[in-house]
Amino acid sequence: MNWVWFHRFGSPPYFYRFAGRWAPWFLGISLVLLAVGLYGGLVLAPADYFQSDVYRIIFVHVPSAYLSLMTYTWMAIAAAVGLIWRIKIAHAVAAACAPAGASFTAVSLVTGMIWGQPTWGTYWAWDPRIVSQLFVLFFFLGYIALRGAIDDRDRADRASAVLAIVGVINVPIVHYSVDWWNSLHQGPTLMKSGGLRYRCRWRGHCW
Amino acid sequence: MSASRASTASAALAVLRRDLLLAVRRPGEWLQPLAFFVLVTVLFPLAVDPEPSRLRQLAPAALWVTLLLSSLLALEFLFREDRRDGTLEQYLVSGQSFTALLVAKTATHWLLTGLPLVLVGPLAALSLGAPPQALPGVCVALLLGSVSLSLIGAIGAGLTLGARSGGALLSLLVLPLVMPVLVFGARATQLAIAGDEAASALYLLAAIGALSLTLAPLAAAAAVRISLE
Repeated sequence: MNWVWFHRFGSPPYFYRFAGRWAPWFLGISLVLLAVGLYGGLVLAPADYFQSDVYRIIFVHVPSAYLSLMTYTWMAIAAAVGLIWRIKIAHAVAAACAPAGASFTAVSLVTGMIWGQPTWGTYWAWDPRIVSQLFVLFFFLGYIALRGAIDDRDRADRASAVLAIVGVINVPIVHYSVDWWNSLHQGPTLMKSGGLRYRCRWRGHCW
Repeated sequence: MSASRASTASAALAVLRRDLLLAVRRPGEWLQPLAFFVLVTVLFPLAVDPEPSRLRQLAPAALWVTLLLSSLLALEFLFREDRRDGTLEQYLVSGQSFTALLVAKTATHWLLTGLPLVLVGPLAALSLGAPPQALPGVCVALLLGSVSLSLIGAIGAGLTLGARSGGALLSLLVLPLVMPVLVFGARATQLAIAGDEAASALYLLAAIGALSLTLAPLAAAAAVRISLE
């Protein structure tokens, strides 16, 4: 098998020429697909029996929540590839993941809040899922801030790669720790009686 | 093989001895986080209604948030001086395991900035209205938590060594990472103060400690090495 076509992507000049040529096409395709998806979700799908039209926000909320975690994983994988094999393009991929992932995370949080107000009666709850998603946003922001704070490009690449890898180890910890946190909070002091039910409903919807 | 392992251990001990000696000669650095810890815990009863039952409810949060902030403050001193005078580079070219030397450095750092907080912590808990029988649990929680805080914080300190802005960036990197320590530490403290069995939260705190003891030094060594290039 001849892998030259693939290995060429590791060369920055070749990759940037390729990416520059295709970026407008991908932009067009993604805009068309977005329009199709939004039409399907906002117009074609029937209104929910219980929630009427509010539930439609789920068509934006769930994909952006998925994408935020997936982008983080991608970022960490690309950072690890760049760190281990010293491939510059991999660092560029990781760096490009961060703003996109941060915006997906922000969109998932904001749409969740907009949905929460009419459905739960509150914009924000200290629910494990919400808090862990907020921490994903902080990881993205920390990554961006660390890259911005180091002047030397090569060192910024490698230092932020270490951060991304450390962060991906922490993402399941963040996720489960807040699960335990809530299940540990059985005492009547801090938890409202409806808290656990809300969490189950939320998880049933999203995961 | 055994000879080189023995020399790694003695090199790590030498690092430990050197850092302790430096700390004795320059007490300002490790006294600052301690003073900060005491001051901030004093601020809480002043800011809220100092009624004992309300203070007792607030105590876990006050203790752990203050512990986190004090350890962040202390992290600034972890590598800075040794980077400035080239000591870290000497460690790097010494032929010894860089990770082992950094573990020794982090251990000294914990002895100087973590352990005093563990010793003062029970007093702070008492002043916030914790009953005396809660102190063993609070002490163990602070001990386990502060070890993890030093080890995980070393990664952040290493990453920000070569960065332009220090403190705010360090907190942005470290605070999300140490969030589980805060969660279980505050939980254990809360259980201990309420007179309940705190073992479950303490076990999880110990698990985080074991995980950070095994993995964090590797990441910290990689981070410091990148910053020194």
